[in-house]
Amino acid sequence: MINSKVQIGLIAGVFIALGIGLTLYKAVSLDLPLVPDQYREVWTIESKTSFAPTNTRVGSPVNVQLKLPTGQAGWVILEEHFASSGFGFSIIEESAGSSVARWTRQKLDRPTTLYYKMQTYRASQNSSLPILPIKIPQKPLLEPDQQAATDRLVDRLQKQSSNIESFVQLLLQEFLRDSPDQDTLFLLDSYEDDAFAVLMDVLAMADISAHQIRGIVLEDGRRRQTLSSLIEVYSGEQWSIFDPSTANLGLPDNFFIWQRGDGAVLNVVGGRDSSLEFALVSNSLPAKAVVGMEQRSDQYALLDFSIYTLPVEQQGIFKGLLLIPVAALVVVFMRLLVGVRTSGTFMPILIALAFIQTTLFIGLAIFLGLIGIGLWIRSYLSQLNLLLVARVATVIIMVILLMAALAVISYRLGLDQVLTVTFFPTVIVAWTIERMSILWEEEGGHEVLIQGGGSLLVAVMAYLVMSNHLVEHLTFNFPELTLSVLGVILLFGKYTGYRLSELYRFRDMGSK
Amino acid sequence: MKKLISPFELRDLGILGMNERNIGFIGHYNQRKNYRLADNKLQTKSAALVRGIPVPELYGTVEYQFQVKNLHETLSGRDSFVIKPAQGSGGKGILVITDRDGDLFVKSSGALIDEREVRRHTSNILAGLHSLGGRNDCAMIEALIDFDPVLKDYSFEGVPDIRVIVFRGVPVMAMMRCATHSSDGKANLHQGAVGVGIDISTGKSICAVQHDRIVTQHPDTEILFDQLNIPHWQQVLELAASCASMTGLDYLGADIVLDKQGGPMLLELNARPGLAIQVANQTGLRHRLASAAKIADLTNDQAAKIRLAREQFSCTSVARGQLSINIL
Repeated sequence: MINSKVQIGLIAGVFIALGIGLTLYKAVSLDLPLVPDQYREVWTIESKTSFAPTNTRVGSPVNVQLKLPTGQAGWVILEEHFASSGFGFSIIEESAGSSVARWTRQKLDRPTTLYYKMQTYRASQNSSLPILPIKIPQKPLLEPDQQAATDRLVDRLQKQSSNIESFVQLLLQEFLRDSPDQDTLFLLDSYEDDAFAVLMDVLAMADISAHQIRGIVLEDGRRRQTLSSLIEVYSGEQWSIFDPSTANLGLPDNFFIWQRGDGAVLNVVGGRDSSLEFALVSNSLPAKAVVGMEQRSDQYALLDFSIYTLPVEQQGIFKGLLLIPVAALVVVFMRLLVGVRTSGTFMPILIALAFIQTTLFIGLAIFLGLIGIGLWIRSYLSQLNLLLVARVATVIIMVILLMAALAVISYRLGLDQVLTVTFFPTVIVAWTIERMSILWEEEGGHEVLIQGGGSLLVAVMAYLVMSNHLVEHLTFNFPELTLSVLGVILLFGKYTGYRLSELYRFRDMGSK
Repeated sequence: MKKLISPFELRDLGILGMNERNIGFIGHYNQRKNYRLADNKLQTKSAALVRGIPVPELYGTVEYQFQVKNLHETLSGRDSFVIKPAQGSGGKGILVITDRDGDLFVKSSGALIDEREVRRHTSNILAGLHSLGGRNDCAMIEALIDFDPVLKDYSFEGVPDIRVIVFRGVPVMAMMRCATHSSDGKANLHQGAVGVGIDISTGKSICAVQHDRIVTQHPDTEILFDQLNIPHWQQVLELAASCASMTGLDYLGADIVLDKQGGPMLLELNARPGLAIQVANQTGLRHRLASAAKIADLTNDQAAKIRLAREQFSCTSVARGQLSINIL
């Protein structure tokens, strides 16, 4: 039996070497740079097509067609991945470079979800789109009262505008206004609030060629994003894009075009209740790595063991999870080497995770506010002489109410940042208040300051490390480094030397 | 005065650090299954009684909430008593009643409280307010120590106790803990009690510290610590050493009080004794522990272990002289 110290040393050494070795291997053979250079924001977009078969008892033949995006406006699609177990799958090339994914199945008897995942990044900021043939607008057939309202609206806007672009802008603003005029209200009402259909019809009545652009508003970490629409109109010389939700001209930077022009994106035959949702995750990847992936997207096997192969939702979760070992390392370092006292061993990590959502200073202010008010109310509770479990439960409810009050009041005051208060872990905050309060009663405010300050110090340090760009880059692109972190923590576990705080504590010893 | 001390100097002095204590001694020598006996004061007491080790008399226990309202029956006829949690740590949750005043109780600080307050304190103990990890606990009511008048002025509004660190049955270091006004009558160094290092070989004081800083006199009674000489010292050491075999813990701290009638009594045991004792003794534990290990290898006899410890762990007169110069 080898001495446990030697064992730990061996195990830790193997872990550290394995982590660093794998990292170096990936860096050398895959050209993934260790130090982030120029960053490209790579978005992983996963579409989920869910539907139920029309006839669940017997099962019915199903044919699902999903229009696939082509990289437009400077976006480049790196790789695509389809998940279709039990379905016949094919990609049909259509005219003009667009393609459609088709899933077919003879018999389906239960609700199903089909996945399509791709990675894309914006290679250039050039947002010009290829010129589309101009179609003469087809005037819709309207009811007489709708016709009259539309004519009046078109007439009024044409008088106010100088050209087609300003006409469209005025029209969109009209629809965004809090109190639109009577014609607009009537139209919205008679179209059952389908504002987009109203817009298209009004444009057609005004003899303006227009079509919709469908795509995704890119927001990191979104799980259930749906398609949004932009409107593209021909102004006589060129096509211009408008965002109906803001009435702004031009393609928004965070808009990924899925399909330009009319026509359904999803077509499900033999199914019902179909829906199309998207999950999004963005990674900052070094430009070099992105280029490498582009060149090698056929020999993708090299990256087979990376987190990138997971579904997008899990990727997003792992992005956060992989940071926790680093935070744990900070806690181990601060407690065993420096000797900072914290209330609750790993409570600082949870606070730091909340800080990531709230940003540091707002997070600190909210946290101190919550604990402060909580302690004040808790001091009243201690007079009531409640049993412990009931008391902590009371504090939990109190914290939730406090959080709600904070959110509502700050929202009223226009301080949107404080809304992030919901990211604080309620139960942890409640226990912190309870522990601090007992500490106050037993050891006095001094000890509360030491432990509370220690916890906050460690939390802030963990936050600074976790939000560091390099750390994020390394943990996500080289998850094997977590093994090295583990090795270092194991070594700390056998550290028998002095803590920094002990050099202060025993300072009088040397006076002999 | 130095702000920090270098780690090399600490190592030369043989100071035991927290990490080394946890890994090298508590983790290495103390088996987890043996903690229970030390952590639970009721178990400690009954184990001590079986072995004939003197302990303060137990008046009664309160295990369940409904028993709290019958508390006055247990207390009837008792003018002075102590209520404490069986699994409390660091002297938390100890209520000391020294006398009665009509229907009211007199606390050690002189404050008066009514019976309702005593019941409230007891239910808090049952709910685990003062206990490790907030576990449900039971309250024990025991006799108040009528401590030896020799020590009277060394402690303010509280009972002084003597902590002896015992390693593998060998007493290695000792310290008397004296309550002060700022420690609220508790003999807890964290809260501001004074720790006085006691020479293992003579039972005389070495040095006194409060909040890890050297002091020469008690902050409240102003008595000088250098005249302190613990009576019944041999008995104190024997008592501490016999706790080692009782618990099976190889590294433990025994807290002993000196009763006027009963002499040295075991108050409680600690499986994770703190490190402040080193400052109070102006000596590191590491060398002492190494010597103690040699003594334990040499003999299994408790009397021999104590004799060797008293021979080896003395603060030489030279060192004492140097120390007093330093304090002056």
